[in-house]
Amino acid sequence: MAFDSVSSFLAMGGYAAYVWPAWGVTLALLVGAVIHARAERRLLMRDLKRRERRQTHVSSKEGVDAS
Amino acid sequence: MWRIIHQLGSPKGFYTLSARLQPWVWAAAALLMLIGGLWGLLYAPADYQQGDSFRIIYVHVPAAFLAQSIFVGLAVAAVVFLVWKIKVADMAASVMAPFGAGMTFVALFSGAVWGVPTWGTWWVWDARLTSMLILLFLYIGIIALRGAYAHRDSGSRAASVLAIVGVINIPIIKYSVEWWNTLHQPATFSITERPAMPAEMWLPLLLMVVGFYCFCIALTLMRTRNEILRRESSKRWVRDLVRGQ
Repeated sequence: MAFDSVSSFLAMGGYAAYVWPAWGVTLALLVGAVIHARAERRLLMRDLKRRERRQTHVSSKEGVDAS
Repeated sequence: MWRIIHQLGSPKGFYTLSARLQPWVWAAAALLMLIGGLWGLLYAPADYQQGDSFRIIYVHVPAAFLAQSIFVGLAVAAVVFLVWKIKVADMAASVMAPFGAGMTFVALFSGAVWGVPTWGTWWVWDARLTSMLILLFLYIGIIALRGAYAHRDSGSRAASVLAIVGVINIPIIKYSVEWWNTLHQPATFSITERPAMPAEMWLPLLLMVVGFYCFCIALTLMRTRNEILRRESSKRWVRDLVRGQ
């Protein structure tokens, strides 16, 4: 362990103002990318399902086979 | 081998194969980045000159590697798309570009923040920094160009051409620290030589670099799958898949 206490870890040997923003921005971008990709998938599936229901509904009303 | 490549070339094949691959790549990325990150932040010894500010290396170098590798990936995908008309390659390129831009930004930002205590300035117009800034503009150009056309195929073509032309910047970035006198130090890692730092310092860095690559592959798989569903939404297999959900 390079640090002997939590406070000295957070202080980063006096470089806290440089180390933490660099790590923070990196982490934020990575986590943001995952959240975005998951939300994209969820919204897309919702849209596709909605469209599928509508199409099935329309074609069954017309008396045409849904497929 | 050829069968796998063939399967990856078709949207449906890619979708099925990537589903099996994805969890493993995500797990590898999470594990490598967790171990590498904690090791680099907590256990690696402080640098004798830079003190603890050197711990920025563990995010700066992996991001800079990815920024350049993803651009090469874009150019390769562009050739595959333009020459062999493989649509999946273009779909992958369309989701890789924003992440590449993000990694370029991270490399520039972490570098700037690191520059203040070590160089006394956050920015200089030297060859390495300037060529990385140009890389960011190329990414933004590619993303904008893709969206600028009413017809998707025209956007794909234009973005592909820019990726192929822009890849000339990559060797310029790589050799910028050798061709010109720069403030930026030469490469930390090379295949032929041992790193000029102790193993407790470069091992976590290696884990982080590999972890970032795994993350990039996993994210690209995940978002390419989304893109496939979006573009192939009227295809029979996608409709069956949606109905089965």
